[in-house]
Amino acid sequence: MVSDPRSRGVIWLGSPAFPEAARTALADEQLRANLKRATGTIRDKRLAVAAELDDWEELRDSAAAIKKRVSRHLDHYLLALEASVTAAGGTVHWASDAAEANRIVTELVRATGESEVVKVKSMATQEIGLNEHLAEVGITAYETDLAELIVQLGDDRPSHILVPAIHKNRTEVRDLFVAEMGHWGQPAPEDLSDDPRELAEAARLHLREKFLTAKVAVSGANFAVADTGTVMVVESEGNGRMCLTLPETLITVMGIEKVIPTWQDLEVFLQLLPRSSTGERMNPYTSTWTGTTEGDGPRDFHLVLLDNGRTDTLADETGRQALACIRCSACLNVCPVFERTGGHAYGSVYPGPIGAVLTPQLVGVENAASLPFASTLCGACYDACPVKINIPEVLTHLRVKAVEGKGRASAEALAMKAAATVLDSPRLLAAAQRAAALGGKVLAREGRIGRLPGPLSGWSDTRDTPAPPAESFRTWWRKNRKEERP
Amino acid sequence: MSSRDAVLGRIRAALADVAAEERPEDVPVPRAYRRRHVEPGQDVVALFAERVADYRANVIRTDEAGLPLALAAALGGRGARNLAVPRGFPAAMLPTGAWKWHAEPLDVPELDALDGAITLAAAGIAVTGTIVLDTGPGQGRRALTLVPDYHLCVVRAEQIADDLPDALARLDPQHPLTFVSGPSATSDIELDRVEGVHGPRALDVVIVDPTPTEQP
Repeated sequence: MVSDPRSRGVIWLGSPAFPEAARTALADEQLRANLKRATGTIRDKRLAVAAELDDWEELRDSAAAIKKRVSRHLDHYLLALEASVTAAGGTVHWASDAAEANRIVTELVRATGESEVVKVKSMATQEIGLNEHLAEVGITAYETDLAELIVQLGDDRPSHILVPAIHKNRTEVRDLFVAEMGHWGQPAPEDLSDDPRELAEAARLHLREKFLTAKVAVSGANFAVADTGTVMVVESEGNGRMCLTLPETLITVMGIEKVIPTWQDLEVFLQLLPRSSTGERMNPYTSTWTGTTEGDGPRDFHLVLLDNGRTDTLADETGRQALACIRCSACLNVCPVFERTGGHAYGSVYPGPIGAVLTPQLVGVENAASLPFASTLCGACYDACPVKINIPEVLTHLRVKAVEGKGRASAEALAMKAAATVLDSPRLLAAAQRAAALGGKVLAREGRIGRLPGPLSGWSDTRDTPAPPAESFRTWWRKNRKEERP
Repeated sequence: MSSRDAVLGRIRAALADVAAEERPEDVPVPRAYRRRHVEPGQDVVALFAERVADYRANVIRTDEAGLPLALAAALGGRGARNLAVPRGFPAAMLPTGAWKWHAEPLDVPELDALDGAITLAAAGIAVTGTIVLDTGPGQGRRALTLVPDYHLCVVRAEQIADDLPDALARLDPQHPLTFVSGPSATSDIELDRVEGVHGPRALDVVIVDPTPTEQP
């Protein structure tokens, strides 16, 4: 993994760019079969449990509004959180970027005299490359989530926010466990089969001694409540509880956008997150803690508040909504592009639609110019998002920025700008659709528009476009509604 | 300049479009969602039992008088002999028999050597099938219900909240809280759900219904 200094320390593989990486991924039939099955399964589960709540839309509205309130007053809520965590016995640290966060965590671990830490799955620490940094200074970080363990043992990269090893099938996991577990600690049983039950058992045995003897744990946070100082981690396996409860020192690295105003606000997010993420009414384990508690759990609690590009994202009035993300991964599972390319093609720890809007903002659009184009703008992600991030809107906004960044008015830049204007105005949209119906007749062969000449090739070289219908839906609707009226 | 000041400064600069006089409360937060996803008159305890069982936890319903027998049946079914019992767990509830009850303090290696733990709960949540532990009397510190491989939890019917909003309002976040919805589980390999990874692989929930008062 490389961390480009230009991209502010966000773990980010700028190369190959998305179109190239996607081409490779698309050729991998096993990967596509894994992904299709996985995303299909989880989509169905999510729909079923979301449908159980007939006020799902009201919950989404509330969640979006809470996140909007936080983003517009982020300084206020972070100061409140700092005060409440400190009053409860915790210590708050502020990190401008990845390097500073890594340095803070390193110093905190060194102060304990330990050279090993156990880790709860955390997107923020992946983003800053904490494990790699700790390894460089002689501290071993053990990932304890099963999928993260698979990724770590395979010296691999995560390909999904929720299930990072979704690109590996059971046989690959078995082979990896047999080959690698012994290098990290307790080896896998020699007669290990590829039954997921046996594989989970092997992971339990492999990590058991680590949990029971670890002195330092590193976690992320799903939410932190400003008014009470309470931090929350949502998980399934119990590895989170082990890390949050048994060690003497707990270090939590949290993006500054994770703060929420009140304890009551959790009633919204705890209904939305598990149902959107794993498709369960509730995930097996949710832990909350407020500072430290005498005689129970860690004696020292450190909360590291991480900026690392988030304030740049906040400065963009359209783009800032991406900071509302609660990392559920519902947008990945409904995305037709993600289903075919998988997560690695996005080159970031944040793949899929949310990655396509978040990564370019965290690392700078100029460093990830192809990502805003890794989408068909179908809008399924927006519908699935429990906090109503309008991902297509941010994508088109970032496309304009990306092509403007190229320093010339390309056909795409003009088209995107024009699209934004036209989509904003019903009158212009109607006119454009009439024009397209006429133009399409001229250009199309067998219903498809292929390569176009001149400046238009900038659009058509990478896409086939279906010929526009002879009549737009809007025209059809107007005509038929009139006919149906009594 | 400290990083704290730098980050706060960047946040304030980024929010130049937000009017200086706007307060957080000025950003409206609609709360039109339902306080509970149960119908008036619905049997909340039955719903809780059904939803807990959905996670493949074992659910047993009993009343006060039948409790020791119900606990004995649960323990027998799991073959558990050595159990952690937290401070504040009512001794009268414990069945008599071949069980060995281990009182606190118990360190992690001692807990690791036990078959399971028996505890009370702070609350139940019907709609999500969740039990909540707050380390109060009869629940023990968090390690007690984590390290042993089996958790037997006693919940009183009146402790069961209908839904999340009600449950969160009942709980005190100053205590460390653990929300438990079924045994530990993973779907990390091909999204095949496997119950039992690092947390207790077996969960039994005993619901104690109120003893009916004699009708004249």
